[in-house]
Amino acid sequence: MNMNITLHVWRQKGPDAPGRMEIIQADDISPDMSFLEMLDLVNERLEAIDIESIAFDHDCREGICGMCSLVVNGIAHGPESATTVCQLHMRSFKDGDAVYIEPWRARAFPVIRDLIVDREAFERIQQAGGYVSINCGGSPDANAILVPKPEADTAMDAASCIGCGACVASCPNGSAMLFVAAKIGQFAHLPQGQPERFRRARRMVEQMETEGFGACTNHFECEASCPKEVPIKFISEMNRDFIKAVLKGE
Amino acid sequence: MKFDAKIPEGPLQDKWTKAKFDLKLVNPANRRKYKIIVVGSGLAGGSAASTLAEQGFDVHCFFYQDSPRRAHSIAAQGGINAAKNYPNDGDSIWRLFYDTVKGGDYRSREANVYRLSEVSNAIMDQCVAQGIPFAREYGGQLDNRSFGGAQVSRTFYARGQTGQQLLLGAYSSYNRQVDKGNLKSYPRTEMLDIVKVDGHARGIITRNLVTGDIERHAADVVVIATGGYGNVFFLSTNAMGCNATAAWRAHRKGAGFANPCFTQIHPTCIPKASGHQSKLTLMSESLRNDGRVWVPKKAGDDRHPLEIPEDERDYYLERRYPSFGNLVPRDVASRAAKERCDAGCGVGPDMDGEQKNAVYLDFAEAIERLGKDVVEDRYGNLFQMYEMITDENPYEVPMRIFPAVHYTMGGLWVDYNLESNIPGLFVLGEANFSDHGANRLGASALMQGLADGYFVASATVPDYLARESSMKAEDKISPDHPAFLEAEGALKARIDQLLSINGDRTVDSIHKELGEIMQNHCGMDRDRVGLEKALKLIPALRNEFWSNAKVLGENESYNTSLEKAGRVADFLELAELMCKDALTREESCGGHCRAEHETPEGEAKRDDESFTHVAVWEFTGEDIAWERHQEELAYENVKLTTRSYK
Repeated sequence: MNMNITLHVWRQKGPDAPGRMEIIQADDISPDMSFLEMLDLVNERLEAIDIESIAFDHDCREGICGMCSLVVNGIAHGPESATTVCQLHMRSFKDGDAVYIEPWRARAFPVIRDLIVDREAFERIQQAGGYVSINCGGSPDANAILVPKPEADTAMDAASCIGCGACVASCPNGSAMLFVAAKIGQFAHLPQGQPERFRRARRMVEQMETEGFGACTNHFECEASCPKEVPIKFISEMNRDFIKAVLKGE
Repeated sequence: MKFDAKIPEGPLQDKWTKAKFDLKLVNPANRRKYKIIVVGSGLAGGSAASTLAEQGFDVHCFFYQDSPRRAHSIAAQGGINAAKNYPNDGDSIWRLFYDTVKGGDYRSREANVYRLSEVSNAIMDQCVAQGIPFAREYGGQLDNRSFGGAQVSRTFYARGQTGQQLLLGAYSSYNRQVDKGNLKSYPRTEMLDIVKVDGHARGIITRNLVTGDIERHAADVVVIATGGYGNVFFLSTNAMGCNATAAWRAHRKGAGFANPCFTQIHPTCIPKASGHQSKLTLMSESLRNDGRVWVPKKAGDDRHPLEIPEDERDYYLERRYPSFGNLVPRDVASRAAKERCDAGCGVGPDMDGEQKNAVYLDFAEAIERLGKDVVEDRYGNLFQMYEMITDENPYEVPMRIFPAVHYTMGGLWVDYNLESNIPGLFVLGEANFSDHGANRLGASALMQGLADGYFVASATVPDYLARESSMKAEDKISPDHPAFLEAEGALKARIDQLLSINGDRTVDSIHKELGEIMQNHCGMDRDRVGLEKALKLIPALRNEFWSNAKVLGENESYNTSLEKAGRVADFLELAELMCKDALTREESCGGHCRAEHETPEGEAKRDDESFTHVAVWEFTGEDIAWERHQEELAYENVKLTTRSYK
């Protein structure tokens, strides 16, 4: 059974333009459509009557590129757990629902247009040490570095972060600690990451603070909204590494 | 025009070693004086950008997403091949080379494929050193699994997210170079033209997607790594933004386009469910390690799959190809699925009178053999994704899958050094044509992207600079050079033209119509009648686009409708070339299956006498016309045989 939905969508022409919620009717929506396919259809209909389409970030539509970034009914990526908004389907809604769609809201993520925000701050954090300093060529045989399976699995749990920013959008403090901790945690659990472990923690945390992200006060909203279910334990591990780094003067 | 592959002399095993010694070098102190433009930040572009920056060159990387980490390489799931032979099951560089040439149905270059196999091991070393969390055995060593077209386990993986982890590895090396000041990123920036000066590629024209600013960027060399053109079909497993514009603009400026009709239709995708669908989702080929593919024996059997007894099921891949079974190459598996659906044995819901469009991929036997926990550990995230999209639980009911457009083996023509016929223009990864012939094997795209970026371009691009470019400031081309101003002017005029069509049809509706033409006539099955029909429909649709498309808004803002319009305009030309190429290639090979050229058992029938060559198309003018050239393929090490997986 197809549904009629009333959308309340944030529209904002540009970074400096004022924005507002607009009401757009989305009728005859199939429950098998994804949320973004619903928006595609709404956009086609808007363009047909000469209204510019709603701008939103999206790309792979498989839940892995981290581009899509909508707050749906107050929840980053919408109501389903462990789901990016591109994987959210309209069967999660019912006929007659009002659906509120907003961009990520955080001081460090300024709006570019409508539902698109600028996440360059994430880039600068990754550039501040989110790597292992090796050059291409000359690495030892891949099996020369042994990694116990449980450690590799934990590193992979952290590495599955897609860098979407839902953690920031859902945190009352606009904190990016889960995002930062995921990268620090990945390397902290692997032998390859040890030489730069504490310096990396210190630099990335300091860059995070410079970018204007808030601090963690244990609301756990980030973990709840993370589409890849990156566990919050990485934040406490990061904090330990950061303190050690400060004490060691790294 | 002549297309000389410049393959080094000597025995196959020594070619790359010899080539590397012959390549010229740039002194470390002089490298900062050379500016390199890289377009695309995926596995090929990202790894090339970081590696060239590591060497000390001044690298500038352009991409349309907001971060290099979002390039579509990230969506690759299953794994990456390397000839490590860790499982001691008989693998070697030679075997990987042989499997890849055979898998490509003998339409790729021996020397390129051998080099790919040769560097595959170094790729793994590099990726592990970067801190990529690959799957491990309890002893701490790397784990392997099997992929189609191989009888060894040579595929390394990180859960079902191998592409993501490899890309994040390249991204971390990339970030290190940005941190050091050797590499500059240009996010949300699309390359819309290439600029040639004295016949050499010397820069690009870009549009800033946020502000609409048209910018001129001059450099000593241009590297394109912008992926494939599967989105010409509208529905594919590509990301929504994947497009052919960079490659197509280069083609229009003289770069040859090779084997455009070679498209890979991937056998394990989630079937199309509605007319509003925006894309198709891949289920990793790795699932065929443990999943068994079947349909009901009886046509039109619409019982629930669990009610169909064992002896009324047709495990058609195991039946037709006993030695490879469910792990036959992609083209073979896709065609076999279509054959069963065409015979009326397809499964799934009724779709507005359309034929049932799925086959089952069943894990019941694997769950019984291994336990649910092991299956979940191997494929958990894929099962989850399947359930999210279809609302069915694959632990309990078999998955429904169907082939979908996934990868394009064709692309810009390059020589052994990955340089196109425009000097100074290098093309890497899926955007080039060189390594996969008429069909790509699973887990080979990641391998090729990284081989090109980490190991090949990092040696051949400096050679070009040492030979052809000058480090003297007074010899550098300025972005104010007349060639740049002319290209910028032409681009602005094109944008104005797009914005002033002011017709009735949305760009998406035209793109969808193009997709249908291509699916119907240039998809899994092709024949002369259909292709000739498509060659009439496509130019007509192109006229419709330029006279009746509706592109709203203005250039000076974030205008997604304008972005799309430019890409679709290019698809409308490329589609025609694909059909032309498919029509000219009077044989079946790999993913290119001409109904007129099949064996009685329905397998692809090659014509080695007439078609053991690369078809290279030269763009000959604004009235959209091409001239066809050939690069002959010489097989000195592998004997051409009929591919058999029986």
